[in-house]
Parts: sequence; C-alpha cells; structure tokens
Amino acid sequence: MRVPSWIRAHVAALRAVLVLTVLTGVAYPLLVTGLVQLPGLRDQASGSVLSQHGRAVGSSLIGQSFTDAHGRPLVQYFQSRPSAGGYDPTATGASNLGPESVVDTLRNPADEHDTGTPSLLTQVCARSLAVGRLEHVDSSRPYCTSTGVGAVLGVFRTHGDRGAVTRVVSLNQQCPAAPFLTRYHGVRVACARYGADYSHAVVTPVRGDAPTHPAVPPDAVTASGSGLDPQISTAYAELQAPRIARERHLAPATVRALIDRYTTGRALGFMGEPAVDVVELNHALDAKYPYRQ
Amino acid sequence: MSATTAGILFVVSLVVALVLVHRPLGDHMYRVVTGTRHLRVERLAYRLIGVRADGEQTWSVYARSVLAFAAASILFLYLMLRLQHQLLLSLGMPAVAPAGAWNTAVSFVTNTNWQWYSGESTLGYLVQMAGLAVQNFVSAATGIAVAVALVRGFARRRTDELGNFWVDLVRITVRILLPIAVVGAVVLVAGGAVQNLSAGTDVHTIAGGTQHLTGGPVASQEVIKELGTNGGGFYNANSAHPYENPTAWTNWVEIFLILLIAFSLPRTFGRMVGDRRQGYAIVAAMAVLAIGSVVLINVAQGMHPGTVPSAVGGATEGTETRFGVLNSATFGAATTLTSTGAVDSFHDSYTALGGGITIGNMLLGEVAPGGVGSGLYGMLILAVLTVFLAGLMVGRTPEYLGKKIGAREVKLASLYFLTMPALVLVGTAAALATASGRAGILNFGAHGLSEVLYAFASSANNNGSAFAGLSVGSTWYETATGLAMLFGRFLPIVFVLALAGSLAGQSPVPESPGTLRTHQPLFVGMLVGVTVILVALTFLPALALGPLAEGVR
Repeated sequence: MRVPSWIRAHVAALRAVLVLTVLTGVAYPLLVTGLVQLPGLRDQASGSVLSQHGRAVGSSLIGQSFTDAHGRPLVQYFQSRPSAGGYDPTATGASNLGPESVVDTLRNPADEHDTGTPSLLTQVCARSLAVGRLEHVDSSRPYCTSTGVGAVLGVFRTHGDRGAVTRVVSLNQQCPAAPFLTRYHGVRVACARYGADYSHAVVTPVRGDAPTHPAVPPDAVTASGSGLDPQISTAYAELQAPRIARERHLAPATVRALIDRYTTGRALGFMGEPAVDVVELNHALDAKYPYRQ
Repeated sequence: MSATTAGILFVVSLVVALVLVHRPLGDHMYRVVTGTRHLRVERLAYRLIGVRADGEQTWSVYARSVLAFAAASILFLYLMLRLQHQLLLSLGMPAVAPAGAWNTAVSFVTNTNWQWYSGESTLGYLVQMAGLAVQNFVSAATGIAVAVALVRGFARRRTDELGNFWVDLVRITVRILLPIAVVGAVVLVAGGAVQNLSAGTDVHTIAGGTQHLTGGPVASQEVIKELGTNGGGFYNANSAHPYENPTAWTNWVEIFLILLIAFSLPRTFGRMVGDRRQGYAIVAAMAVLAIGSVVLINVAQGMHPGTVPSAVGGATEGTETRFGVLNSATFGAATTLTSTGAVDSFHDSYTALGGGITIGNMLLGEVAPGGVGSGLYGMLILAVLTVFLAGLMVGRTPEYLGKKIGAREVKLASLYFLTMPALVLVGTAAALATASGRAGILNFGAHGLSEVLYAFASSANNNGSAFAGLSVGSTWYETATGLAMLFGRFLPIVFVLALAGSLAGQSPVPESPGTLRTHQPLFVGMLVGVTVILVALTFLPALALGPLAEGVR
C-alpha cells in the first residue's frame, strides 16, 4: 500500500523533530555543561556563589535586600536599589510602569487592608524622601511634593482642556492631606477623595523648584529591570559612605577605599557604566569590620 | 570619558565588529547552503529522518515540508508542556494549562518567543532545554532556509527546484548555529552566566534573610536565543537577569549575536545571485534604517523627556546599573529591529518616544536587519515592491536580478506585505473592543493603547518582546496572540516560497539600458523610502493615538 505523500511529510517532520531534539536539546546543552566544568569557568557556571565562614550567603551577581523584617533599611549596610520583586530570584522582573504613570489609585477608607496603588511618580518621590532622610541630604525632586508623593493636579476647565479653570484637585493627596499648593490659577486646590470622578480633569504634573540633578541619585529611586540588580551607581555608594563610616566607626577614607575595590569600571573603557557591587561590598564590610551595636 | 562618548563608542564598536565578521560568515553560509557534500552526522540525520538528501523540492513541496515540520514541532512542544510534571528535571513544576501551552508552543515554533509566563516559576529544565531551546535552533534554521529558497528563486533559471528543506534545516543547524552557539555559551559563562542542572541553592543572606539562588542550563539557551533572534528568556527578567547577562561586556556580546547572522546573510545572498554588489545594496538599506533607529532611541533615552524620567533625572526605571541607560537603549533597538524580543531593560518604562521607537522598529516589518532569514526575505520583498513602484513611474515592466516582476510576483509580494498590518491592526482593535482585551492593560490612557499595540506588533512580527505591563496570561490574549504569531509567521513564508517558485521558473531577461540598477545608492535610497513610507501610511494613525500622543505635548 502506498502512503499518501502528505502523511509521509508529517512522519518525516516528526522524526526530524526527534533527531534535532537529541542533537540541540540534549547533546548540545550537556556538551556546554561539560565544557564549563573547566577550572576558571566552574564557579561562574554554578552561580558565582559568595561564602562566609564556609557557608553560602548569596551570589556576587544577585542583589539582596539589606533591610529588617519590616522592610526598614539596616543602617550598617549599603542599601541596594529598589526592586520590583523584593530581590526574590524566583520572581524576577520590573515594575513596567510607564513614563507618565503619575496618578495614584487612592486607598478605600472603608477597607482597612487597602493601601491603594501608587503611581511610578509617587514611588519615586517616596523613595527619594526615605533615602534623603536616611542619608541626611536634601530629598527634593522635580514633580514631587515635600511629603513624598507625585505633585500632580487635576485641572477642570470650562471647555475640556481649554477655558477658565473651574476646579483643581491634587490627585495624589488623599483627604484630609493638605495640598502641596494652595491656589492654582486663582482657584483653591482641593485634596482628592476616594471614589470621586476626576476623569474629566486635565492631569497636570507640577515641576516645582527642585534642582534638575537631585542629591539622591536616579538609581536610588528607580527599580531595575531584573529586580536582582546587585549594583548601584558610584554616586549612590558615595552618598551612603558617611553613614557606613559613622555606624561602623570607620574612617571615611577606609569606606571609600572599600567602595573603590568593589567598583567595576566600564568594560574596555566604554561598555556599560561604572557600578559598585553592593553584595560584595557588604560581604567585605562584615568580614573585615564586623558591626557592633 | 563621558557617558555619551561611551555610548557612541559602544555603537561604533558593534558596527566595526559586524563589518569585520559579515564577510567570513556570509561566505561560510554561502558554502553551507550551496555545497554538495554531506557530513557524516548529517547523513545519519537524513537516514533517521527518512529523507533522500540529494532530491530537490518544488516550491509547494518545500512549503509543505516547512509547514509539516512546524506542525510536528508545535505538537511535540505542546505535549511536553502538558506533560511537564511527568518529565525529568521538572523541579516539581505542574503541567502547563492548555491555552498557555498552545501559546508557548506556537510562540517558540514561530521564532517569536512571546512569553506569558515566568520561566523560573513555570518551567522545568528539560522543557527549557529539550523543548524550547530546540525550537530556538530550528525555528532560526527554518527562517534562514526559507530566505535561501527565495534567493535560489532569483539565482536559478527555468527550473521548479528550490532545494531540499530537510537538507537546509539540518545543515544550517549543524554547520552554522551549533558551532557559534558552543563558543558563545562558553564566553557567556566566562562572564558569569550560569550553566548547570542544579535545582538551585537556598542561602541565608548577609542581612539574615533567605534567598533561593536559581540554577539551570542558562548559558546554552541564552546564546541561541540571541543568535537565532528568538528572545525567549530562561528567566522572566530575560537578558536583564544577571545570570543571563552578567556584565556590560556580555551585553555587548549578546547584541553582537543578535545582529550577527541577519547582517551577514546579504553577503550570502550577493554571492548566490553572482553579484556581491546586490548584497551590499540590501545590507546598506538595512544599515541606514538600523543606525537611524539606534541613534533616535539613544537620543530619546539619553535626553529622557517625560514626567517620571524628569523627576528621576534619567530613564533608569527598568534598567540595570551595569549596562546604563544608553547601552540598554541600543539593546532595545537591536532586539526590536530583529525579530529577537529579548530585553535587557523594560520597554514599558522607556520614555514615550523611546518606547515608540521600539514599536516602530517592529512595525517596519523587522527588515533592518530583521530576524535570521526573515529579515532578508522581508527586505527582498520590499525590493520587489520598490522596483515595481519604480517601474510604474517610468512605465515599463519592472525586473529585479534579471527576473521580470509581473502580476503574479507583485500579487504575492503585496499579500506578504499586507499580512502583518492586518494582523496588528485587527488584533489591536479586537483587544480594545472586548472587555477581556481591555482587562489586561496596566497603564492608563495613551500608554495603555501602546501596550496593546506593542503586543500585536510583537506577536504578528514574531518579535516576542513586550510592554510587559500588559497581563497576557489570560485565555483571551494567549489565544489571540497565538493566532497572530502563527499567521504572522507562516502566511508570509508561504507567499515567499510561492514567489520563489514563480521566479525560479523564469528565464532571465537580459539587462538593458532601461534596467534599474539595483546595486546603486539611488536604489538603496528608494528602498529605504518605500520601507518607511509604507509603514508610516499603514500605522501612523495607531502610533498617533499611542506613543505620539503620550510623548508629544
């Protein structure tokens, strides 16, 4: 009996899938796994694990949180960047919030568990405020209120986005908060109420007079792509150095020398950005200058 | 050195490296697809598959072989995903639900690698390496094979034979993809990428918490994910994950791998049609578009307009410290200019215009340089349309590479061109018109529209990257994007092969003084113009409501 050609084609296809699976799906990955058992590759292949007193404490490539059980920063450690996944390698990823994510979802006062959903802008402002307080520096940023939320007004006008201003609401400041601005175009600014309809207001971020280059560096207020970024900018490391010196009773120069040691410059002088590995840095701090309260 | 200078040098060094490598690699690929000798391992493979290695196929048999192989691959991968809990190295992960398994099977077979799931919490190692990574190889090889068949259509005369799909598939896998992948994987491990079969390590962290360090055969999958312009990450964070892309220099290597084959294939094309200048014209058009896009995205991300980036003082949300904003932008451009879709930073958080450029890159149809193989055949289709338009202007029958572009050829090229916009626009409209479609949107307003537009641009073009805020793990999106990926991949392939068959049957027309010289800058300019204008006419309304509305104030 002659098998129709379309059936023969599918049988050949299935066999091809199996043959190529053995070749590229089994032989190839096992060959690579074998090759990287060579000295000089083995440590990397198994995850660049860092040990302390013979015990694995993490990986130099995977960031960690240096906070207590309540999420408050431990003052004796350099702090990592914010992470969208809490430095959990089983839940990696980013916030995915866009550049105009500026309006918070307010908390339902009737539901005590509801905390609302902050916009990316408010998250940035709140982080800036927290870091500023921890490091004793100016925490102000453009488009942020002094209370650490996004300075965003909802402006109602007589004709949609044109005409005289009739009503103004500070969208991210839930009542009874006092709005960051008392008047806008002569109209009193109101606080925002849960459940009110502000969809006809023109969303208007207010820049304020904060410096263009705030004291708290960009990486300290933004989450990374992986949620596992082990590194911070040199600026953020330097910002934290005085606190570490104070808490660990070290000379500022000692801390600075340690930062330099764990700073990776640009590869070949032009690839990437200089960065300080926080995990290695804190690991070295604990090994050399143990913290005593 | 300032960050700007470093960012420029980063791009320049990539260009120089590609210029140096395209020649030996292009020549090697030429020898692979035109050679008559078979390696021993290849003979064994043909025997096991049960095909005659020396028989050639007509366009319809070639197309049926491509489709049969895809069907078998989807079925095999679907079963693996559904039966994952029964397999070795499953790490205790449960079976993947039907809609999700369908979406993932289609996604990897179509070279899209769109991912609704997080690798680290959904898939075991056997499914990753013997299921997904296999498709990373063979879907890339299929793309190159189809491109080669089209080029044979131009190069051959009065024949109905276009080569043998099984031979092309096996040779491209064995002689091109595997050797580069082995070397590349070892290089990535040297930088810190992991490669093991361990289920991971639980550690007590420095500050006294706990952390589960993941393991896996990551480097071997990472390298083919970039080289084959696939893009499906081992982990959810994709190439932003330090275990996939550990350093600034591995980032460079990964971008290089993404662009390597697609920018070398025009050389192969030039040699096959016996006129290297034709290859240079195609690669020049690709390069003009690619460099333009890379410059624009670097400027947009470096200047960081927009409320949140201005508040921050940089477009650092969703980027890794070691790469910095500019190198991340270059990666973002490379991954969307090709059909890769791997990300080392998260496009949803890019500036409005920077994110818009990533969408625009995909809407160009991924021809600059495009996915491996698919970029070349996409650009050749545009070249056919360009000579047709030029022919209309002067009123003579157009020809390209000595072949007449008649009614049948233009019809096939037009059908090819119309497939992707139809899928993107109908898909986006359907998503916005249905409650299940709207339910997935994370960001409000114009940015929300961009998320949906991105999703369908990405799936119909087999890119696979996302404005990842969109929740695509619902049955609606899994089904809809699955269909977009399937039609977006295989309808164009059928049109390309039909065109190849029609071209191969012709006898060449001798060149005359009226023939458009398709190796000269004038033609390159026209080709770039046609590419940009066709896209602008098709997508400007949708882009105006999304990224342009958000970015222009």
